[in-house]
Amino acid sequence: MDYFDTLIVILQSTIRVSVPLILAALAGLYSERAGIFDIGLEGKMLAAAFAGGAAASVAGSALVGLAAAILVSVCLALVHGFASITQRGNQIVSGVAINFIALGATVILGQAWFRQGGRTPQLGEGERFTTVELPFAAELADIPVLGSIYSNLLSGHFLLTYLAFALVPFTWWVLYRTRFGLRLRAVGENPGAVDTAGISVIWLRYRAVICCGILCGIAGAYLSMAMTAGFVKGMTAGKGFIALAALIFAKWKPVNVMFACLLFGFLDAMSIRMQGNPLPFIGAVPVQFMQALPYMLTVILLAGFIGKAIPPRAGGVPYVKER
Amino acid sequence: MSAPYAKLPAWVDYGLIPLINLAVAFLVAGLVVLAVGQSPLRAASLLIEGAFGYGEGIGFTLYYATNFIFTGLAVAVAFHCGLFNIGGEGQAYVAGLGVVLPCLWLDQFAPWYVIFPVAILGSALVGASWALIPGWLQAKRGSHVVITTIMFNFIASSLMVYVLVDVLKPAGSMAPQTRKFAESGQLPRLDWLLSPFGLDIGGAPFNLSFLLALVMAFVVWVVIWRTRLGYEIRTMGHSPTAAAYAGIREHRIIIITMMMSGALAGMMALNPIMGDQHSMQLDFVGGAGFVGIAVALMGRSHPAGIIPAAILFGVLYQGGAEISFEMPEISRDMITIIQGLVILFAGALENMFRPAITTFFATLGAARAARPQPAAE
Repeated sequence: MDYFDTLIVILQSTIRVSVPLILAALAGLYSERAGIFDIGLEGKMLAAAFAGGAAASVAGSALVGLAAAILVSVCLALVHGFASITQRGNQIVSGVAINFIALGATVILGQAWFRQGGRTPQLGEGERFTTVELPFAAELADIPVLGSIYSNLLSGHFLLTYLAFALVPFTWWVLYRTRFGLRLRAVGENPGAVDTAGISVIWLRYRAVICCGILCGIAGAYLSMAMTAGFVKGMTAGKGFIALAALIFAKWKPVNVMFACLLFGFLDAMSIRMQGNPLPFIGAVPVQFMQALPYMLTVILLAGFIGKAIPPRAGGVPYVKER
Repeated sequence: MSAPYAKLPAWVDYGLIPLINLAVAFLVAGLVVLAVGQSPLRAASLLIEGAFGYGEGIGFTLYYATNFIFTGLAVAVAFHCGLFNIGGEGQAYVAGLGVVLPCLWLDQFAPWYVIFPVAILGSALVGASWALIPGWLQAKRGSHVVITTIMFNFIASSLMVYVLVDVLKPAGSMAPQTRKFAESGQLPRLDWLLSPFGLDIGGAPFNLSFLLALVMAFVVWVVIWRTRLGYEIRTMGHSPTAAAYAGIREHRIIIITMMMSGALAGMMALNPIMGDQHSMQLDFVGGAGFVGIAVALMGRSHPAGIIPAAILFGVLYQGGAEISFEMPEISRDMITIIQGLVILFAGALENMFRPAITTFFATLGAARAARPQPAAE
């Protein structure tokens, strides 16, 4: 039973670290499926985490924090949208810029407002999200295997966690079963056809970018208000890029995104767990190897050795109406 | 795709528009300073004072600029081929190995002028090979070079932590860095370059690699604009289909360009390792690879633009340190914001003011044409 308990612990922390990845990767999914590449996920998440932590501690309410996180993230998404849709600028360049602006601004503003070395104040009760117990979790805990899975693995997460997992089928439904989703996918493949059908490419892409901003905002709020209690300088630590990798690894499909994020989250949880503990059969693996594994897997996938990742065809190309 | 904007005089295209974009970026940065409750004018004067006011400041400014010339050239070379190499950071980081290994092996019995060429070659080779894989994947398998180079940055960072902590760290030492090189593993300082102006660089690590950076800027100009290879690279960048039609081998050009880009980024490692720290430390690149993006965008991918842009960022780094000393609210993270704003306004939004400027020059031209001309032509 010892191994089983360890497994449950690892899986639980897998879920914990996967949530921001899932949210950010779904955010990227909306944007990239509409033909707007977004490597600014990291920056939007970071800015949202800061805004969430700051607003929650000033207003004393977690919901205000969440709203602020979403607002700031959407604003940055709109800057990206303005640069890449209206101004037809380079989308990669714009994403890089947003990452830097967020990285610098969160520290400068944090230091100016709170004077705690770029942190926001520790969030107290009611200012952050708390975990919820599923019904009967305590009663069922004693049932072997299933009870443990139910009460230790499935129960006891944040509402945002359940929201993130619910957003996976929801996103699938939006993309593949609604008119908006059909048009969103079309605008990422062939914007000319969408335009010919009399639908505004620009407005459609802006809506996709806004969806992206909202989800990045939730991801950031999760980081600073659920996973930890307060913002810490540079706290996204490359999660936005892992999410981007997961999005590519999932070949831009919502359900695959969830599994890719869980896989990368699992690697992360393992690397924390394994520090100093040799693996059975393999021996000691350097922690750095485990940390680099998601990136290596993505490169291998991109190289087309395990399936082929084909991006949306109009991705990265600004749409110019025929002149 | 056809250029969606009318043609402007060259001095407007390469001089006025970048300057306007830059001015807007700094204006927004000034607003951030205001938002923090500080005076932007005082910050600006401290910045200039710190970067140019005394010999040591100038030495530091040029030391930082050296890094950015290398990384800026790296990004620019790739831009000419239509490739976006975000991997300069990782390429420079790994290339540290190409510098540090010759130094550790040779510094006991060879003078610096023997070690330096070996280290140049080593850094260029390692940097180029770290860029070779993304380049090869882009050319042969169509994997987008932006994504692969981002991934390679993270892989490089993990790899180098492993190498420094588990392999190169001297036994019994706690800090994750190599041992210090003997004197012959250190590059001579360039105090003689500034002393004719009555300036003393003091403790600034302004060293020989600055001259190497200038030489490389010239080499890049020759290669891109005066050789057949450069012509092929630029053709690829303008129109891959035209390049294919002209019989230019696409795969070969992409791979060569990425390797050149990686080699230039790799040479950046010489400056901090042999010129300043005389050992390899964790994260010695310190974001210079990313600054290269801003430098290349600002310098319009031309060496003549990259050198002043690199010096400008040198000013920001050195003067920014001075500001954070005097005004604690404005830490060096301000530079990160400015960097982001420059990338945004000089890169992604570079055409924002172009329609207005075009209209301005069109009306100006119309007014001049309407005026009665002396019958000269």
